[in-house]
Amino acid sequence: MVALVQMPRQAKRGEVIEVRIVIQHPMETGFRFDLLGRAIPKNVINNLSVRYNGSEVFLAEMGSGIAANPYLQFFTVAEASGDFVFEWIDDAGQRGAERAAITITG
Amino acid sequence: MKTIARRRFVSVLAGLAAAPLLPRAASAQSDPFAPLLLKLAGGAKVSPGRVTVDTPRLADNGHSVPLTVSVESPMTAADHVRSITLLSERNPRPIMATFHLGPKAGRPEVATRVRLNGTQHVLAVAQLSDGSYWSGSAEVEVTESACLDAT
Amino acid sequence: MVCLAHAAEPQKPTPLKSGIEFASEDVRKLQGDDFANPGMLWVARGVKLWSEAAGKSGKSCAACHGDAAKSMKGVAARYPRVDPGAARLVNLEGRINLCRERNQQAPPFKHESDELLALTAYVAYQSRGVPVGVVLDTQNRRNFERGRARYNTRVGQMNLACAHCHDRNWGRQLLNETISQGHGNAYPTYRLEWQTTGSLQRRIRACYFGLRAEMPPYGAQELLELELYVAWRGNGLPIETPGVRR
Repeated sequence: MVALVQMPRQAKRGEVIEVRIVIQHPMETGFRFDLLGRAIPKNVINNLSVRYNGSEVFLAEMGSGIAANPYLQFFTVAEASGDFVFEWIDDAGQRGAERAAITITG
Repeated sequence: MKTIARRRFVSVLAGLAAAPLLPRAASAQSDPFAPLLLKLAGGAKVSPGRVTVDTPRLADNGHSVPLTVSVESPMTAADHVRSITLLSERNPRPIMATFHLGPKAGRPEVATRVRLNGTQHVLAVAQLSDGSYWSGSAEVEVTESACLDAT
Repeated sequence: MVCLAHAAEPQKPTPLKSGIEFASEDVRKLQGDDFANPGMLWVARGVKLWSEAAGKSGKSCAACHGDAAKSMKGVAARYPRVDPGAARLVNLEGRINLCRERNQQAPPFKHESDELLALTAYVAYQSRGVPVGVVLDTQNRRNFERGRARYNTRVGQMNLACAHCHDRNWGRQLLNETISQGHGNAYPTYRLEWQTTGSLQRRIRACYFGLRAEMPPYGAQELLELELYVAWRGNGLPIETPGVRR
């Protein structure tokens, strides 16, 4: 799954930083039909977790009410230099992940 | 073409005006969110306030409507937002998403893009660290596309 | 078949306005935000595909073309054009597929496939800001004239020509939507209605469907010729790929 993450590479300790992620995924509702009239099965990214140096700072439980190619923007406090790990899974069991590193100054 | 377009626009407006609008501070009987809130908050009181839902008044397309939800909270260890749940009034699945925050969130604000199945209210319910529930809502007009597209 | 334009010189809308100027503030904001713009997911995929070996050649696009930002700048602005090797009119998608077959010995990507959309979006993205500049010459003159004739021909149950909306009534309301001038400078584009990125041919087919007319199949000569006329008609508009439209 193609995914893009945007967040600052550097931040001051205690600074509130903005994190954005967008993932290519149809977020299939299960209410659509193909050209032969067959229902397209539901398949959405139902869980996206964000861990910062191992501890979870954000969790999104999503349903078909979230638009295709889901976009999320949230905030977190910059503490120590390290890694952000984004992990998600959809109804079909497909997993995706992205990482981003941050350096804390001051 | 100009006159026909204007007439059509006016008739669309008239149609919207005739549609029943939900009262914001709805009574338990007419509030479509009441049973959902009961389930969500486990019987606890959900007070309107502190939560702001920012979304366009008129959506370009129901498939993707930008939405930002924010809560008034100091976001300290003692007083912060635990979670924010987005509810739809008319979607086939009313619970759209739940975002779990916590004191490390820094700012209790989440932005995303939602699907809205027609004109309706969106309700955001925030649970705070003291166990209390607060809500805010917004109404979005979602119209049909001018031309059908089955590609 | 009833043709509208009888003037010797084809009419262009004045002033020339990109579709983004008819869009709402939300759509304009989305297109202007390179991160939130969903079309950028396809550009991101295009970046990967550009460096992937393909076909029997084992070569990637990068093997011949190097850095796309340099080698592909301005390319999208010249399409559709007549490909000398194939001796026929091709759009950017078609040219990418020709390159795959000739130089990579790889099978062409299917119409509207994710890969083709990604590579086309990536290549066109390198021409962002470059004004559309298709050149009319003896090679493509007949294609152009057929495209123009088609643009002015009524079709479908609604019996309308492209010109009725996009020449005569751009700027006016169709229900709650403002009719644009019908340019293709932002394609491939992320259309909210599609919930995905799509090509200009898909958009033109959608218009046919909207008029309750039979849609020409992907790759049809009529669609290519319309694309040529549409591009010429929008000469001077900056390429915006990946665009966002409702």
